[in-house]
Amino acid sequence: MPLNLKPNFHESGKRYFHAFTPGDDFYESLIDTHRDLTDEQSAMVNAKLVLLLANHVGDITVLREAMRIARQDSQ
Amino acid sequence: MLSTYKYPKYEYTRPPEQSGGTPQRYPVVVVGAGPVGLAAAIELAQSGVPVVVLDEDDTVSVGSRGVCYAKRALEVLDRLGVGQACVDKGVSWNVGRTFFREQEVYNFNLLPQADHKRPGMINLQQYYLEEFEVQRAREFPNLDLRFKNKVVSVHSQGAGATLQVETPDGIYTLETDWLVVADGARSGSRRMLNLDIDGKIFKDRFLIADVVMKADFPHERWFWFDPPFHPGQSVLLHRQSDNVYRIDFQLGWDADPEEEKKPEKVIPRIQAMLGDAREFELEWVSVYTFQCRRMNAFTHGRVLFVGDAAHQVSPFGARGANSGIQDTDNLCWKLKLVIEGKAPSSLLDSYSEERVFAADENLMNSTRSTDFITPKSKTSLMFRNATLSLAREHAFARALVNSGRLSVPAILTESSLNTPDSDVFAGDMVPGAPMDDAPMRLDGKDSWLLDNVGKRFIVLLYVSDPATVSATLLDQFKPLADGPLAPELVLVAHKVSGATPQGTRVLEDQAGRFAERFDAQPGSTYLIRPDQHVAARWRAFDAKKLSQAMARATCTL
Repeated sequence: MPLNLKPNFHESGKRYFHAFTPGDDFYESLIDTHRDLTDEQSAMVNAKLVLLLANHVGDITVLREAMRIARQDSQ
Repeated sequence: MLSTYKYPKYEYTRPPEQSGGTPQRYPVVVVGAGPVGLAAAIELAQSGVPVVVLDEDDTVSVGSRGVCYAKRALEVLDRLGVGQACVDKGVSWNVGRTFFREQEVYNFNLLPQADHKRPGMINLQQYYLEEFEVQRAREFPNLDLRFKNKVVSVHSQGAGATLQVETPDGIYTLETDWLVVADGARSGSRRMLNLDIDGKIFKDRFLIADVVMKADFPHERWFWFDPPFHPGQSVLLHRQSDNVYRIDFQLGWDADPEEEKKPEKVIPRIQAMLGDAREFELEWVSVYTFQCRRMNAFTHGRVLFVGDAAHQVSPFGARGANSGIQDTDNLCWKLKLVIEGKAPSSLLDSYSEERVFAADENLMNSTRSTDFITPKSKTSLMFRNATLSLAREHAFARALVNSGRLSVPAILTESSLNTPDSDVFAGDMVPGAPMDDAPMRLDGKDSWLLDNVGKRFIVLLYVSDPATVSATLLDQFKPLADGPLAPELVLVAHKVSGATPQGTRVLEDQAGRFAERFDAQPGSTYLIRPDQHVAARWRAFDAKKLSQAMARATCTL
């Protein structure tokens, strides 16, 4: 399966009445994960997150595509 | 003074208590003649409950306050008789553009969903809404609107409240069975009753500038994250009525409000933003901070809190006045039933329960928008900017960009007034949901579903042919209709061809939107509350179940 770039957030057992809710639920959790951490601690948390999610995705072709997009415009 | 608006001055009339009249006790007193207090008063008066409104001022709200009125609030205002005036005077916008630094990241077209009477949102200066409401309020002989009447003390007792009110003629005492507190975010009544409101202050300041554009300017909402003309902050541009544009500059916590308000400081900011020699005139400037907080409960004995007095949200997402108007919509039918002895006062606990639920949803959504717009840490800012960078090309990231979510009403799924589904339905019209609108025909004329329900309990029965509705069914409904809650049976059919039962309204769902949005099949029955929320629904008409659901929805079970 190619890298999914369409909105894809959902949570099992949860019913959504508005399209913006699942993405906002995710984003809030993401920001909460970093609450009260120093910048350095946050950077470490982000690195771990990337590794955890990469292993979950598994498909290295998909991961390479994500890494390519993430790196775009960086230089 | 504004160049585009002349403030009305409402005449002070000496109250009867200060004109030698005998002091009397009132059923309901509303404190505060803002958009929310007036909505409460109009709804009570038009449903037959006499009401006194006290306001310390003698005009409408001064300066730039509420701007956006969402579909649900407009539907409530329709039932109060001021919706059309607001829509006629207001401006609707559909295109929103989001910029990040120098570039437009994306734009959206908020084309309203087809076949609803009201648009998703209109922009209108708050003083117009208040002016329309005052005009409407004055049409009711049982609505006593008292300007220059300042509440100076409030005492709540078991069976009501006693107020001391100051007018140009001195101080008088007034007693009421029920007190509706609608005196805003800095509620004096709440303070005098020693009641708390808890939450957090956001450490940020915003500059509001209302400008009159001299030349044509697009009717669009523009939102900038970190623009070159205002680095590191956000800016919002919104069009209002009379060619007035609201510009909102984030300033940061350390900004000096007095300094920032000076025209010599404001005008260059706007010039930099417009980026050319476009002419404009400064109409209003102010600096604000905001808080997100709510009271634990919105009812305290016989004192009932509505609007900003009960809950405050950030301005991102238009959830202040909009939710306040929905508070009154939820409260007033319940208060009327309690006053008339048709429901126990515990029904008012459900007002607090349902509107606290809605307030929490509003607080959550507006806090999320605020956190996206004004990130509080380096990491949070990094994620925000990463989202904006990806948003240019990728749909998933666009969905995460949060510059304020459209204000939508809460779906009261957890309410104790709902009868849980026992039959299977598709779609969103679950018990607790505010009804979707649909185009209808009534007596051969075009009409709207929401213009034909509300103000009382309604039973909507979807049938294939109104002529075939049995006499037995009508006989079973009659005792309910004759009971204290006096619900009305309204038939909905795709096509009306033959005879219809005498004295029963029939809505024709020609476009099929009702069938679609309510997943209706012949026999489908919806019990609708006076505030147009779904209370219960079944696949077949059953008078006994209806009766029980109505009892549940009024705490008389």
